[in-house]
Amino acid sequence: MDDPLVIAGEEFGSRLILGTGGAPHLDELERALVASGTELTTVALRRVDPRAPGSLFDLLARTGIRPLPNTAGCYTARDAVRTAQLGREALETHWVKLEVVADERTLLPDPVELLDAAEQLVDDGFVVLAYTNDDPVLARRLEDAGVAAVMPLGAPIGSGMGIRNPYNLAIIREAAGVPVVLDAGIGTASDAALAMELGCDAVLLATAVTRARNPVQMATAMRHAVEAGRLARLAGRIPRRLYAEASTSNEGLAEL
Amino acid sequence: MTVTVRVNGEETPLDDGATVADLVAALGLEPRGIAVAVAGEVVTRRTWGERRLVAGEVVEVLQVAQGG
Repeated sequence: MDDPLVIAGEEFGSRLILGTGGAPHLDELERALVASGTELTTVALRRVDPRAPGSLFDLLARTGIRPLPNTAGCYTARDAVRTAQLGREALETHWVKLEVVADERTLLPDPVELLDAAEQLVDDGFVVLAYTNDDPVLARRLEDAGVAAVMPLGAPIGSGMGIRNPYNLAIIREAAGVPVVLDAGIGTASDAALAMELGCDAVLLATAVTRARNPVQMATAMRHAVEAGRLARLAGRIPRRLYAEASTSNEGLAEL
Repeated sequence: MTVTVRVNGEETPLDDGATVADLVAALGLEPRGIAVAVAGEVVTRRTWGERRLVAGEVVEVLQVAQGG
């Protein structure tokens, strides 16, 4: 089925964005990335570590998966903007996953700093994919600021709690003129399918795969879940009813 | 003559007049996939050879790492 995800005019065949965070081994990460079918993967910027085993940079080059640098670990607009600029230098891409969190315990986005950073980065020519709260008003404000995608959370990062507020996501989807990517909170395949059924354009996840007992198997499950959820959304689900509605007609029923 | 700059949190001696490009080479790093900030400001790759480091400056040398 030709149904690409389009962000800022660029097409992706997969609607699953698999992050690289949390994997204990690079070789297993590579197999999981390939199994997921992802065409875009998040990476971070950290101090060089000469003792690091293997190179993530080489892995990306080898697999041809496009990197999306993030601003993880930033608590202020200032730090996030600097980090985005460093990611642009290191990876020669003006795309950024903007993440500005409020505190370590919840890792929830700080709306004030997030919006400030988004405005600055859009002005600086970045294609901004903004990790945000499941708040329809903030999503609209980010879109007004010119972000290329809004990425509401399903639940806190790494929590695996799934989608805690499906109604807000539906409102965000209904109002948004840019792609909506469910980012954070996914625990298992059904969560990813639900996100797509709710109308999200894509799902971004990392921990659910990288910390699964079998990351390659879970990556495969996520690939299918995202495809299934997307198809179900396009196909149109039946309305929910409190009472039964027979699928077998009573016409021609035998008198016994 | 040497100058000492703080590179990723560690005091690092460099030749007087050393540039960012000299530092990256001294660290034995392939330039690709690397980004450098001096005093909190990003130094773009094409200016690495021009940006001289002065004593006491804080330098961050970053690379791609795993992240969600």
